[in-house]
Amino acid sequence: MSERVVVTGTGAVTPLGVGGATLLDRWCEGATGIEGGVAACRDFDPLDFLSRKEARRADRFTQLAIAAAEEAIAEAGWGEGLPYPPERIGCVIGTGIGGIGSLESQGQVLREKGAKAVSPLAVPLMMGNAGAAAVAMRYGLKGESFGVVSACAAGANAIGTAVRLVRSGQVDAVLTGGSESAMTGIAMAAFASMGATSPTGISRPFDARRDGFVMGEGAGVLVIESAAAAERRGARGVGEILGYGATCDAHHLTAPDPDGEGSARAIELALADAGVTAGQLDYVNAHGTSTPLNDRSETEALKRALGTRAGEIPVSSTKSVIGHLMGAAGAVEAVATIKSLGRAVAPPTVGWEQAEEGLDLDYVPDGPRPLATIGGVALDGAPDAARSSRIAISNSFGFGGHNAVLCLAAT
Amino acid sequence: MKVKASPESAEKVITEGLIEVGAEPAEINRDATFESLDVDSLDLVEIAQIVEDEFGVELVGDDVQNLKTVGDVIDLVVAKSA
Repeated sequence: MSERVVVTGTGAVTPLGVGGATLLDRWCEGATGIEGGVAACRDFDPLDFLSRKEARRADRFTQLAIAAAEEAIAEAGWGEGLPYPPERIGCVIGTGIGGIGSLESQGQVLREKGAKAVSPLAVPLMMGNAGAAAVAMRYGLKGESFGVVSACAAGANAIGTAVRLVRSGQVDAVLTGGSESAMTGIAMAAFASMGATSPTGISRPFDARRDGFVMGEGAGVLVIESAAAAERRGARGVGEILGYGATCDAHHLTAPDPDGEGSARAIELALADAGVTAGQLDYVNAHGTSTPLNDRSETEALKRALGTRAGEIPVSSTKSVIGHLMGAAGAVEAVATIKSLGRAVAPPTVGWEQAEEGLDLDYVPDGPRPLATIGGVALDGAPDAARSSRIAISNSFGFGGHNAVLCLAAT
Repeated sequence: MKVKASPESAEKVITEGLIEVGAEPAEINRDATFESLDVDSLDLVEIAQIVEDEFGVELVGDDVQNLKTVGDVIDLVVAKSA
């Protein structure tokens, strides 16, 4: 039995506001963070978290990561100091693109004023590991630290990697998650050019009328600790990461394998790693991007991996209310999933109205729904006295065929 | 055509540059060290860019490494501009 990994703190900055609880509250209210075809973190002011000097030395994706980390640290009870030697705390933060806003603005400086005018801060602003570096420096985390880059799977890949780091015994804890702020000229034009984003500016995952994703920004960070270490310090976890599965489609530059084989395998690996059967799952937090291809292949993958159980479990997409946070999505959705399980609620896929042939899972269209297995009895009727917690998977898939699935639990 | 730096104009441009990179305005004076202002090598490169833009004076390598205080950089800019 490998080392159990608990989540002791979570933090999120999303287009629905600052804070993980705000995200779930507003999601369950059916609020949307999408405005004018994009999902910006309008309530986020970096100066609430950073000095002017710190803020100008961090790209917005790094600023968002720091704000999410601040909330997670506070919830974990680390506010007064680190509970472990700094050398035994890691920091792994994913991103899809990194500081592309800084890259674009410095590109303009280069063209207009020449090479000598390019900022000495350009590299630390735009590098994809800036989020991990900044969070590690802010809290003095001196264990293994790096960024993870796997497009829209980066947040989940980062968390999974962090779980393995804790299980290896090299560290007692890791600050991990994902961050993204890429609603810039080039990125928006490029995603539109390839037909990935919604021309109507509407995110409606799994609906027959879906026509692409809506770009969003934000960050999610979790404090994860070895269960044994957390117990020794008397910490009360808010959830647990039971398992992680990751695969690659090796199929196409951007399109998912239509059969969902690679993503199904990631789901199966996550469940096997967790020691959980499909029958024990209470909820699926889908990748659900609102693109024609993803939502179809993800539905196929769920059916392939979960069998008949796929049709019984509530499946919903956070992207219906905050758009696609890309490299932050997997982390923000892990936070949302843990909070959903903690409150025993399946939040809705907001805006879902029209079914499409073959897309026939329970997408939770009619508002939040209480999870049915409170009391630890699985829906398949088998008494499960040993289980007091609710269990979910959170799917993340990225361009390049990267599939990352987390199996999460909360009491 | 760049403007020739006077002690006054150099002080003004450098002070504004220091504020731009995040130094506390109230703590900036000729005797203040970069260390006390939390101004590091990356900030000094930005200050050098501002100075070059304004006065056409290039601050490179050894010039910059020996600078300790705000006064040091003002004096250097004025001397090189003359």
